[in-house]
Amino acid sequence: MDLALAPETLARWQFGITTVYHFLFVPLTISLAALTAGLQTAWVRTGKEKYLRATKFWGKLFLINIAMGVVTGIVQEFQFGMNWSDYSRFVGDIFGAPLAFEALIAFFFESTFIGLWIFGWDKLPKKIHLACIWMVSIGTILSAYFILAANSWMQHPVGYKINKVKGRAELTDFWAVLTQNTALSQVFHTLSAAFLTGGAFMVGIAAWHLFRKRHISVMKTSLRLGLVTVVIAGLLTAISGDTLGKVMFKQQPMKMAAAEALWNGEDSAPFSIFAVGDVDKGHNKVAIEIPGLLSYLANGDFGSHVPGINDVNKAEQQKYGPGDYRPVIPVTYWGFRWMIGFGMASFAIGVAGLWLTRKKFMLPQHLRVGEDEVPHLVLFKNKALSPKLGKLYWMLAIWTLGFPLIANSWGWIFTEMGRQPWVVFGVLQTRSAVSPGVGQGEVLTSMIVLTLLYAALAVVEVKLLAKYVKAGPPELTEADLNPPTKIGGDSHDADKPMAFSY
Amino acid sequence: MQLHDVWFVLIAVLWTGYFFLEGFDFGVGILTKLLARDRAEKRVLINTIGPVWDGNEVWLLTAGGATFAAFPEWYATLFSGFYLPLLIILVCLIVRGVAFEYRAKRPEEHWQRNWETAIFWSSLIPAFLWGVAFGNIVRGVKIDKSFEYVGTFWDLLNPYALLGGVVTLTLFTFHGAVFTALKTVGDIRERARKLALQVGLVTAVAALVFLLWTQVDSGDGKSLVALIVAVAALVGALAANQAGREGWSFALSGVTIVAAVAMLFLSLFPNVMPSSLNSDWSLTVTNASSSPYTLKIMTWCAAVATPIVLLYQGWTYWVFRKRIGTQHIAEAVH
Repeated sequence: MDLALAPETLARWQFGITTVYHFLFVPLTISLAALTAGLQTAWVRTGKEKYLRATKFWGKLFLINIAMGVVTGIVQEFQFGMNWSDYSRFVGDIFGAPLAFEALIAFFFESTFIGLWIFGWDKLPKKIHLACIWMVSIGTILSAYFILAANSWMQHPVGYKINKVKGRAELTDFWAVLTQNTALSQVFHTLSAAFLTGGAFMVGIAAWHLFRKRHISVMKTSLRLGLVTVVIAGLLTAISGDTLGKVMFKQQPMKMAAAEALWNGEDSAPFSIFAVGDVDKGHNKVAIEIPGLLSYLANGDFGSHVPGINDVNKAEQQKYGPGDYRPVIPVTYWGFRWMIGFGMASFAIGVAGLWLTRKKFMLPQHLRVGEDEVPHLVLFKNKALSPKLGKLYWMLAIWTLGFPLIANSWGWIFTEMGRQPWVVFGVLQTRSAVSPGVGQGEVLTSMIVLTLLYAALAVVEVKLLAKYVKAGPPELTEADLNPPTKIGGDSHDADKPMAFSY
Repeated sequence: MQLHDVWFVLIAVLWTGYFFLEGFDFGVGILTKLLARDRAEKRVLINTIGPVWDGNEVWLLTAGGATFAAFPEWYATLFSGFYLPLLIILVCLIVRGVAFEYRAKRPEEHWQRNWETAIFWSSLIPAFLWGVAFGNIVRGVKIDKSFEYVGTFWDLLNPYALLGGVVTLTLFTFHGAVFTALKTVGDIRERARKLALQVGLVTAVAALVFLLWTQVDSGDGKSLVALIVAVAALVGALAANQAGREGWSFALSGVTIVAAVAMLFLSLFPNVMPSSLNSDWSLTVTNASSSPYTLKIMTWCAAVATPIVLLYQGWTYWVFRKRIGTQHIAEAVH
């Protein structure tokens, strides 16, 4: 059969498309839930209307986004059985449990409390309504934890034994699956990247409004919250990325050698920033390298030895039998760079923004602005940026909205492609994981149907987001400012319209 | 009773919960075309399930995840075997979720109409296909000795399974109509009761034939009891509906769903997916289940989490207990 259309290839494409697409929404959902909850907390505590308007504005964008996250997540729950039935049979005993936990503990939490939050503005007292969005936020984080524990088991299987009679892997230590260092560092890295994503989303949209001098009071607050989030989360993403990298150098040396296109092992190995030429040919015409840095990233020692692709391939051949254990090198090499590059670009823009828009007390009198004015961008002590440079910064700040989304996608493509040819590292190869009973036609049909559907929904979603971004924060109504005091709503007017209805 | 039997029961409970809850919100989705006379009434209908449909759907995700964890072989055979029907269901659930959330987000009439059409079809199709799927599971499908489904898509569309589809479709529509009568106020409430009577009578005939067929094919004493309960509850639901006892009517239509699903699972046990080719190749609670250790952990998790879920999900229904009428639907779109 034509390899390009082999069921395995198609199933992999389908998984890649549906998962990367799903993960555009996931990090935004995780971070916007918490950021919206934070803004609503500020409203409840201070009573300042700008916080409520910000809550409503970001909450709306959050809802448009989570709707897509939820529905694309349904496919994730079932496609293991559809396209990867031999995988499901082999690992279900271990992999199924965190998935079931995720549904039972996290999904119920999220979906129930999101309903309460959406419809609860006039049905729940202020503080209980606030608790609902925090519950949603906790749900999103728990969900991330369980699914990442499951993925970490594929990266580094622990707490299991192989049952030869049944031909499958069986769980022996669930605690190890939930708490192994792969899982913990992956959760740390993914969550901090999620907050980087949400922070950048806020920065981008707030910058757009401020650049056009609209909705200044709410957007200034949002910009600051976004910038602080970007800087803290960006820093944590880098730290956790370093931790995860060190774990991966030990557990999957092939992935990390492939990330660097490091063909042969070296002492004091350099970190390649940029390579020209064909990284797939076994030698690089490298443009820029930082000497010793790769050794440091791998082992915390600039002089240490890092094994190369060829060394690891030989070692794996000895361990697992003849075969080619190399992933697609250009994808891992460039995926790794785009992940770091776009993620850290956002971080840099965040740091710059935080400095440029620093608080009043750090500025001379003539550069200070009032509550309803767009801040000056002040680079040095006494002078604001020239209009040209100022515009450049606002543009960069707007564009940063998309950077972490690109970084996240490449991060996943890198870590999943970098594990190939394994689906469960060292235990099960991807080609042995597909559904033997599912034909080319079926996989092709589902891949095309889902891709077209997702593409159409992307258009709808982006247009809707644009509409609500443009509209800006809503004006507050009488009902917004007078939340009910009783659960179920105050009953002084039985025929009053609902505060929110579909 | 061993742990894999416990999990058979728990999976049955999850599917029952799913059909009970999503059953009425599928029904309400279908009623948007059958019952609502104008846009305001459509919105009344959609808003009766607005805060809860998402939580209802999680019962399905949990049933899926729990099947994966407790019976990996069942999960693998079922979803790779029923590939295309499942794909159609997934597409419907995707469209349906987006439709609920996005419909009101633009004021243009054509935008809202399109999403309303989407809500109707994406409620109707899964309501039918779940019955087809369960009909096939109970009847048995072509499974070979390595537990692979070797039949075709068309094999799934046999008379028994199609009748199963008619039963779930009509039963969920009936369930949705009595739910509407319970949750609305005004003219639509009266019409919901009238429609419930009509749909309920069709449901009763279809369900009686389907359940008797099941009983004759694969039933035993226990499944007969479930059958009698299901039919009696349906008759009771119709009577209560006629008497204007909407709460009772909804509770009894719920009992019908619970008893009918129970009957299917009772006639299935100890198989989880019988093979029509050779009974030695059937998936059973023993050969399809996970290891005792995994089942033990899962049992603990379910024992702790399920009551909490029921508690807060039940609380949601209490928070939104007020009936909705056209007067509660604001004109302005937020």
